[in-house]
Amino acid sequence: MSTLDIWVMILGLGVITYAIRFSFLGLLAGRDLPPIFREALGYVPVTVLPALVAPMVLIEDGVLTAEPARITGALAGVVLGALLRHVLAAILGAMITYTVVSALTL
Amino acid sequence: MTPDPDLKASIPPSAGRPPPSAAMTGGPLTPSRAGLRAGFWAAVPVLLAVIPFAVIFGTVATKAGLTTIEAMAFTTIVTAGASQLAALQVLHDGAPVLLAVLTGAVVNLRMAMYSATLAVHWQGVPMLWRVPAAFFLHDQSFALSMARYSHRDEPLATRVGFYFGVGMTTTTVWSIASYVGVVFGQQIPESWGVDFAVPACFIAVLAPMLRGTPNIVAALVAAVAGVALAGLPAGSGLTIAAALGIVAGLIARRRLVPRQGGQTPGSNAA
Repeated sequence: MSTLDIWVMILGLGVITYAIRFSFLGLLAGRDLPPIFREALGYVPVTVLPALVAPMVLIEDGVLTAEPARITGALAGVVLGALLRHVLAAILGAMITYTVVSALTL
Repeated sequence: MTPDPDLKASIPPSAGRPPPSAAMTGGPLTPSRAGLRAGFWAAVPVLLAVIPFAVIFGTVATKAGLTTIEAMAFTTIVTAGASQLAALQVLHDGAPVLLAVLTGAVVNLRMAMYSATLAVHWQGVPMLWRVPAAFFLHDQSFALSMARYSHRDEPLATRVGFYFGVGMTTTTVWSIASYVGVVFGQQIPESWGVDFAVPACFIAVLAPMLRGTPNIVAALVAAVAGVALAGLPAGSGLTIAAALGIVAGLIARRRLVPRQGGQTPGSNAA
């Protein structure tokens, strides 16, 4: 990671994120999205996040690995978050479960 | 406990005051102070979720090698935690910077839907306020504003004020808490599971959204595809996996949900 890369990432993501936020609010004020496009965008968070997380939990050094601490930690986060709808409870539950199971399986 | 200083302003606009659309012809619309205050108080409980996420970002950013100035510029300019962590991860894994930016952008695409939904409620708001408003558009400001707009019949100036009240509060605290993570994060013992903090954050944001068959199908397909495509260059596997999940969700809603319109598009936003 060079300093140039880091600043390109900061400014690039900053400009693109602002453009996404401003898109309909500013440039297309009052115009609505086509329904199918709107529905597709609705699925973005529930697909991007699992696609990001699943490899972090299940892959180690490029190999599919069932590591008990990461799997139980992830499950604890999903269950707590889905049942309680509470972000902090889910973060803490996942991290505590991960830490405890790591200690037990060492 | 959220004291509501805005009770008077919630009297229906028909009672002696012009309807919201009059803002287009009357004087320039200004966000009301009562709305700003109500937004501030509504944001306070949400800070419980904002602060730990920001502290974790600050910690992870310095561990990845960002300087204090870089980490603070990143978190203050972008103010979207999941995308910051995702982009940083991709760059840290050695992928080209453009893939890191693409990954972060994909994570933030949901905000286009927030932008479109907010625009419907903001008809008549001048560009002067739309330009700064876009900067404050994130999960919390969107979710709290939509909840407020649907439960209270308030003048547009109060609604806009409420949005800014939430957005300025969460964004300011976000940056301060990121700084706490940058400065003190290194002192958190490794044994506290910090290396699991990033997936834990993503899971915590994701889990409450897993409502209804189409959302769950979309999430499962994206997760399996994400693992299967993990060997592709960082960022590209993610994009393809998300696209497959979206298609699966669209199909599932049409095939698996018997009632038509049982799951309204975008209802998984908040």
